Amino acid sequence: MAEKVLMKGNEAIAEAAIAVGCRHYFGYPITPQTEIAAYMAKRMPKIDGCFLQAESEIAAIHMVIGAAAAGKRAMTSSSSPGIALKSEGLSYLAGCDLPAVVVNIQRGGPGLGGIQPSQADYFQCTKGGGHGDYRMVVLAPSGVQEMYDYTAWAFEIADQYRVTSMIFSDGILGQMMEPVELRASRQETPQEGKPWALTGTRGQREPNIINSLFMQPEDLERMNLERFVRYAQIEAGETRWEEYLLEDAKIVVVAYGAAARIAKNAVQAARTQGKRVGLLRPITLWPFPKQPLERLAKRVRAFVCVEMSMGQMREDVELATRCQRPVYLCARTGGMVPAPEEILGKLEDASHGCCV
Amino acid sequence: MMTQILLAGFGGQGILFTGKFLAYAGLLEDREVSWLPSYGPEMRGGTANCSVILSDEAIGSPIVLRPDVLMAMNLPSFSRFAPLVRQDGFIFADSSMFAADCGRTDVVCHYVPATQLAANADLDGLANMILLGKLLRVTELCRPESIRKAMEKTVPPRKQQLFESNLKALALGADFGIGEKQG
Amino acid sequence: MAVVFEKPKGLTDAIMHYCPGCTHGIAHRLVAQALDDLDLTGGAVGVAPVGCAVFAYNYFNCDMIQAAHGRAPAVATGLKRADPERIVFTYQGDGDLAAIGTAETVQSAARGENITIIFINNAIYGMTGGQMAPTTLPGQVTQTSPYGRDVTRTGMPIRVCEMLATLESPAYLARVSVDSVQHIRAAQKAITKAFQYQNEGKGFSLVEVISTCPTNWGVTPQQALEWLRTDMLPYYPLGVFRDLFAEKKEG
Repeated sequence: MAEKVLMKGNEAIAEAAIAVGCRHYFGYPITPQTEIAAYMAKRMPKIDGCFLQAESEIAAIHMVIGAAAAGKRAMTSSSSPGIALKSEGLSYLAGCDLPAVVVNIQRGGPGLGGIQPSQADYFQCTKGGGHGDYRMVVLAPSGVQEMYDYTAWAFEIADQYRVTSMIFSDGILGQMMEPVELRASRQETPQEGKPWALTGTRGQREPNIINSLFMQPEDLERMNLERFVRYAQIEAGETRWEEYLLEDAKIVVVAYGAAARIAKNAVQAARTQGKRVGLLRPITLWPFPKQPLERLAKRVRAFVCVEMSMGQMREDVELATRCQRPVYLCARTGGMVPAPEEILGKLEDASHGCCV
Repeated sequence: MMTQILLAGFGGQGILFTGKFLAYAGLLEDREVSWLPSYGPEMRGGTANCSVILSDEAIGSPIVLRPDVLMAMNLPSFSRFAPLVRQDGFIFADSSMFAADCGRTDVVCHYVPATQLAANADLDGLANMILLGKLLRVTELCRPESIRKAMEKTVPPRKQQLFESNLKALALGADFGIGEKQG
Repeated sequence: MAVVFEKPKGLTDAIMHYCPGCTHGIAHRLVAQALDDLDLTGGAVGVAPVGCAVFAYNYFNCDMIQAAHGRAPAVATGLKRADPERIVFTYQGDGDLAAIGTAETVQSAARGENITIIFINNAIYGMTGGQMAPTTLPGQVTQTSPYGRDVTRTGMPIRVCEMLATLESPAYLARVSVDSVQHIRAAQKAITKAFQYQNEGKGFSLVEVISTCPTNWGVTPQQALEWLRTDMLPYYPLGVFRDLFAEKKEG
């Protein structure tokens, strides 16, 4: 095992990206993700990489499109209002079938909102982010090691399926430090592995064209359906979640990211009180772990969603469980973080069968 | 065993660094550790605080709401956080910054005039390490050798002159006994 | 029989969709010819805009990407930074470059990004059916200025070359026209120079091509060329607005 170092979540993301061969980062300053840009600005020039501070979030994501089109691993990062600006590029990335990694270190909204941690971009990001019929892989780390590991994983998914993967995190995880084992080493897929890349024809082949415009609806539908075959493969192959004390659980807490850490504390506390409570932590928010939730719905009494948003994830839990069981909500918003006591109170409601 | 520590004071007093140092010492003992700063406008001049957790088990929430140990270096932090310290917990306060008295009898309070001691010993800017020295001596959160190693990890090579003075500050705080009172 | 004229290899055999009398075809040819002349076609990557030239990826015989509206210089920046060996160019209209993409245009120029921008200024939005552009002339009637462009409400048209010439970084800024043989020959020189500069790593180059849009101007191709000369050229004077590496003329 490699030596562990103490790192901020934001730094771990940047370091992992570099470790797996990302040499092109384009960003724009916004709290609480700026450490990613700062880390890249420091490291990239020393490893013959490219750090470029773009004129806007929009320009940054389109620079990612350019670098990805050239066949290189490319990344940008931002926080909620900046991700909203990037949504145009997210849609073009999907329409062009380009692999890219985008990081969202969320803060409270709507509008300029605040700078404290939030999970309120759930709808926006898990449903795609931009216009059109497409999906984006959304990974939700809940610790600094996972910030590192999932960033490496995000690049693999992006390259394998030619999609955008998003690291979907928040100000707590971005700013906190934890020990990290720097264990990623998988290198970039060489350009030769990307025959579609714009590397110049050299007069040796027909031009490669990267394009999302299809004037004939039949053609566009065909492109979209092909994409959805890949999305089905991602659902089948990449859906991940963590189960904690679920074997005998009657009440299941569903929480991801930083909220899942707090929920875990509450589950532990409830267990010491003799309550049969467990936790299901979605790791991929898209694809959402529908199957384990559907299975659990057959035998548990209730679900309690803990989220730093007003029930955005709860809708997915209700869909996955077909509303067979009550789904309670323990939500804080605007940058506030739920306390374990609040979760325990909601678990109490759930165990007494109070109205949702 | 899990210890939740809250460090608080003005921006510029080295609060975040002290927390990082403590977390590193824990890491070097193969413990689970987390460090979470308050971030935002506070870090630009107002109060700064950070949560540090040292634990033998996986750490859930990194947010310290009810600290076992509080290190307070200014009055606003002391007033705000001292009431939140858990029963039988510890409070370490820089008594050269304010007339500290939390009025609690269920916690152990150590008042160390750290800023004054630092000034007297030509260790300006190291009141944080003096107070931490006391904290470590009393709580025995980390072994002395981990503390030295943590110093090696956290003091950047270009600031090596700080290495010895930091150790000196830690020792000064650890040995400080006069003025100590309980309750 | 001796071949005296042929299509550049930098163009595909695809039949262009441009309207009769539109000068996009000439501009395409000049770009392709410049790439051919400098032996750069095989190493080039083009960025198509949103606008009438959106299908440019079908016409240039090199690797191409189609960018979002106004973002071509950002995409080109990403391409060039990822692969500095490639010759990267964008081909953009006035709405794309000087309205929705102003930031990308100005900032890529300010960075001295080593790319070439071919800017087609025909004083109107073509693809969407003839709306007012940032380069629409005072009094010019369009679908969204049906009583003529009222400069008291919409301001005066933007002169892109002059605006960018206030920046320190661009290497080459030129305005050309394709209304006459003489002007077309000058345009060819300017476009070739722009690509040559990029190939030599000299930095940002932009060639503004004053063009016609007979369909949306509502005139015949011949009248369009006339109007270009009588109305556009006085407001958009031809010339070189920046040449960082111009050979010093002996005094």
